[in-house]
Amino acid sequence: MTDNTAAEPWVRRTATPKLDRIMVSPEGVPLNVTVAAAGARAGALALDIVIILSMIFFVTIACLLVLWGFGVAFAGNPEEFNGPLGVLAVIWIISVFLFRNAYFLYFELGDRAATWGKRAVGIRVAARDGGRLTAEAVIARNIVRDVELFLPLVFLMQTSTQETASSFTAWAGFIWVLMFLLFPLFNKDRLRGGDLIAGTWVIQNVKKGLGDIVAPTAATQSEDETNPASRYEFSEEDLSVYGEYELQTLENVLRTGSEEALETVAASICQKIGWQPGTGDERIFLEAYYTALRARLERGMRFGKRRKDKYSQTE
Amino acid sequence: MNEMTVDPNLTAVALRSDRFRLEREADWARLEQIVTQMEKGRSKRLSDEDVLALPTLYRTLLSSLSIARENSLDAGLIDYLEGLSLRSYFLVYGTQTSFGRWLKEFFGGGWSRAIRAIQLEIWIALFVMVAGAVVGYALVAGDSDWFYALVPGQFADVRVPGASEEALRGTLFGSEDQEGLGVFAAYLFSNNAQVAILAFALGFAFAIPSILLLIHNLALLGAMLWVFAQRGLTVEFVGWLSIHGTTELFAILLAGAAGIHVGRAIAFPRDKSHLAAASAAGKRAALVMVGVIIMLICAGLLEGFARQLVDNTAGRYAVGYGILLFWLIYFIGAGRKHREDGT
Repeated sequence: MTDNTAAEPWVRRTATPKLDRIMVSPEGVPLNVTVAAAGARAGALALDIVIILSMIFFVTIACLLVLWGFGVAFAGNPEEFNGPLGVLAVIWIISVFLFRNAYFLYFELGDRAATWGKRAVGIRVAARDGGRLTAEAVIARNIVRDVELFLPLVFLMQTSTQETASSFTAWAGFIWVLMFLLFPLFNKDRLRGGDLIAGTWVIQNVKKGLGDIVAPTAATQSEDETNPASRYEFSEEDLSVYGEYELQTLENVLRTGSEEALETVAASICQKIGWQPGTGDERIFLEAYYTALRARLERGMRFGKRRKDKYSQTE
Repeated sequence: MNEMTVDPNLTAVALRSDRFRLEREADWARLEQIVTQMEKGRSKRLSDEDVLALPTLYRTLLSSLSIARENSLDAGLIDYLEGLSLRSYFLVYGTQTSFGRWLKEFFGGGWSRAIRAIQLEIWIALFVMVAGAVVGYALVAGDSDWFYALVPGQFADVRVPGASEEALRGTLFGSEDQEGLGVFAAYLFSNNAQVAILAFALGFAFAIPSILLLIHNLALLGAMLWVFAQRGLTVEFVGWLSIHGTTELFAILLAGAAGIHVGRAIAFPRDKSHLAAASAAGKRAALVMVGVIIMLICAGLLEGFARQLVDNTAGRYAVGYGILLFWLIYFIGAGRKHREDGT
């Protein structure tokens, strides 16, 4: 499901709204997801290629070492040398084949559905329709990788080493590489050929901790008369100047803002509602105002009235 | 929640939505801890209760999220719930089949069913391959120079038009070095597997490259057949080819058919969207492709070992067609009962 047009208030807007999507879980709950940007995909791929190449390199080195060992051991009679050489060659051919084809399969079939490269940049594979990511889908998306990536790479290496290759073949190969490599840039979901065939996409991981309650001092105001927050009482008019957008901006300031930011925000709120800004207890003032405003807006919500920001009016 | 254990904070918070959060926080934290363990690949260390609780906690979390979206304006809370929902969703709906179970299902009928599902494409691919072989044969029969255009240098050592019967017979029987068989088999497998993957993956471009690849490979075979037929070695050549070729050509046929299947789904998606049709076909074709790789391993072993060890034509026919019969029975028969039970 990629319906991004729904004007639901809970639809998240990230820094890259073009990549935000809605995925409906099998329970029917829409979840906000963000498609991985092309840069992250490229970075992950580059990392994976480096990892595969270094694994091949290490296996080659290990084979050569064993070979050298055998060379010393069988120095006297070179006829017996062919047996171990054959076994070694079989191991090498099979392991290169596996690195090239099974690396992606193994990791994307795991719980995190991501290769080491993808994990490093914080992205993962998922089924586009919100269903289960099946083994077939992972196999399909990785079989196509062979044509998208390795074949052009081999082709490029061959044409660059062979002087005889005509410029036509070189150009055809170059366009081929570009066509597949840049394919993700030409569709809005950043699908590569394999994703298209397998019904998958690559999305960003989210990992967010649960923050504290936004306004802890104001939380107890209704009970405790000595609480400093209970000194503030806001009228309906005081609270009707702002909407949800301003509330969440204020939440952000309370969660992360510096003292300076608190002062600025407190001053501008006071100006808006016509109060005289006090000094020294901006945080307590803001928490009280936040709590009162949120209580009012949430009460509205329960009756189906939402107010997006200060410019919109509740109907 | 039990009356006795109510957090004293609960009665004191001003906002209903904060109360909502405090009541459920413990469950969320437990789910987050389970999810974190599983993501780190430590699911074995989780207790049985935790594993059993995961789906329930996940569904509770989804309902919390739905409620929070309608009742709370705490953006930090909603972000947290969104993130945790997505993380646990991926675990609950992850690739849950273990590799062993998947393999069992695959050999127990999944593979055969996938092959039966692309029957039409198999007939198309078979037609294309036969046509390719006939064209190759006819071209070289008409003008033997075509041979050099069709067959790349590495195959055409002594097997060229006008070679003597002795030379050709030598390539068919007993000339191979016994020592190198294992390496040869591994090399052949790796090489053929990449060709098969290519035949499949090129189907992506509306199946045309897959068809061309099949025609080209079989034209090569047809040309070679003509060279041997000229010296009356048709039967021996077919035997030499059959011992592994029945498996290998069958595998390449299936790979090409899988490619055509995907290409056809993209070009003519019928009542589905192009993307949905492509992904349904792609998953079916992927199953066929896993089978193709397995068949090519068999073919590589047959080519590397059995062909050199079985040095007479009758034996080669027996092995080659015996295996072909086995494949056919397996693909036509396996997994039928399962399907009836399932529906």
